Amino acid sequence: MAAAATTSDPRVYIGRAILGGMAHVGRVSMLVVEIFRGLKEVRIWVPRAFDEAWNIGVGSLFIVLLVSAFAGGVTAYQAGYQFTGSLPYYVVGTLVVESIVLELGPVLVGLILAGRIGARYAAELGTMRVTEQIDALESLGRSPASHLIIPRVVAGLIMIPVLVVFADIVGVGAGLWAAKQVLPLTNADFTYGAQYFWHPFDAYYSLIKAFFFAAAITIIPCYMGFTTGQGAEGVGRSTTGAVVSSSVIILLLDVVLAKVLLNS
Amino acid sequence: MIELRGVKKKFGEQVILDGVDFVVQDGETVALLGPSGTGKSVLLKHIIGLIKPDAGKVMVDGLHVARLKRKELAQLRYKIGYVFQNGALFDSDNVFENVRLGISDEAKYADADYSRERVAQVIKLVNLPADVINKYPSELSGGMRKRVGIARAIVGEPKYLLYDEPTSGLDPVNSDIIDGLVERLADELGVTGIMVTHDVRGAFRVADRLALLSGGKIIMQGTQEEFLASENPKVKEFLERDFETPSNAAA
Ligand SMILES: Nc1ncnc2c1ncn2[C@@H]1O[C@H](COP(=O)(O)OP(=O)(O)OP(=O)(O)O)[C@@H](O)[C@H]1O
Ligand SMILES: [Mg+2]
Repeated sequence: MAAAATTSDPRVYIGRAILGGMAHVGRVSMLVVEIFRGLKEVRIWVPRAFDEAWNIGVGSLFIVLLVSAFAGGVTAYQAGYQFTGSLPYYVVGTLVVESIVLELGPVLVGLILAGRIGARYAAELGTMRVTEQIDALESLGRSPASHLIIPRVVAGLIMIPVLVVFADIVGVGAGLWAAKQVLPLTNADFTYGAQYFWHPFDAYYSLIKAFFFAAAITIIPCYMGFTTGQGAEGVGRSTTGAVVSSSVIILLLDVVLAKVLLNS
Repeated sequence: MIELRGVKKKFGEQVILDGVDFVVQDGETVALLGPSGTGKSVLLKHIIGLIKPDAGKVMVDGLHVARLKRKELAQLRYKIGYVFQNGALFDSDNVFENVRLGISDEAKYADADYSRERVAQVIKLVNLPADVINKYPSELSGGMRKRVGIARAIVGEPKYLLYDEPTSGLDPVNSDIIDGLVERLADELGVTGIMVTHDVRGAFRVADRLALLSGGKIIMQGTQEEFLASENPKVKEFLERDFETPSNAAA
């Protein structure tokens, strides 16, 4: 068709966007292959992963706890506001625990950390790219995967689920506290409600989600930083790109995982 | 031996290298001269495989650099020390760790005593104070960073050394020390070197031979005398700007 050749045809743009997207997917997959190849250089990446895990864990703890405490507290508070007597109070326990553990804990923490850890990784690696530090590493015959990427990815895969567990606990705790402020509810009511609809799988679900989100929060920003273009502008572009795309992927994963894992 | 044959490289529409033929024999030190932005750094990066040519081939030690598998490329890179124009130090590591990462032999790298001694040794060679090893790159001056970069390139005892403007931004005393170091590495250890430089005087001192890159090609190579005697206007222009040639000194 002759029309498809003109640049004003929207199909051309759509086609280009799809091709561009596929190229990214291809290169991210290559990066993942690099990561697996580099894993055997244990002596290189393990100590670096520990440092990195400590950095991101300690650095993110405050904001994660703050956000989850507010999420738990507000959920309970709003529940209390809507429950004007028609439902038993213990339902607040169910509501807070299920919404924090299944959804708010992992997703809020994921989005916050996409901004915190993802931006950091993309900016660090992007700066290393534009200041030739990555070239320098390669010039020494060393692998950027095992020195730079694996430590960051492993640290994230360990620490992000840990942070989500903290967030779940603090969120529920804050929910309990807030519920008691607005309703004549006892700890026992809350626990009863929490257990009433609880499946042991819910805890795993929270962790599985956290793990997938962690992969998105680490791998995409590492890829973006690693492939940064020229100059400070390039670093800026890959940093914002990393945050936006890992956030979008988190939301997509949230839907996909709910569909796949909660269908039973 | 380092050998470039018909190397071409474009970035987008911009032609940087347009058929470079350039050979450096073992044991030789060649100074690579050329105006800013002609592609001297790009040429050096081809030798270590950081940039792949669009056409032509780059051979080092008899190996076709662009065709090496990752392991072979890493092995080759262990034999090559690269001094980056801007230092390219790892800014989250201190000077000791920066230099230590240049130790390519895995067993020696892991040996704490060896590393400490060897790093101290090369830090001394580049005329830096011993206590600099605990500092971070951001705490160093430009000239100090440059010398740490040189230390990192030589610590692994490479057979080839590629210096990208090792003395630019250094004071005359330290420039002389670095030139002296380049000379010593060549004379005592038989290192094969390419030194990109704008300092024609330093080039005359350390290099066995000079080469001038201009317009994407090596337009002239030869000894100091041949360069000074050259009638090629581009060569003359280049030398006259930086160096008092006999002809204009007499005038
Ligand atoms: N990765 C790259 N992508 C696009 N263009 C590049 C890249 N690297 C270098 N160039 C371009 O190639 C040209 C040559 O660059 P190069 O750094 O080799 O110059 P040079 O001869 O080393 O100059 P100087 O003496 O100033 O260091 C420049 O115009 C530069 O913009
Ligand atoms: Mg240069």
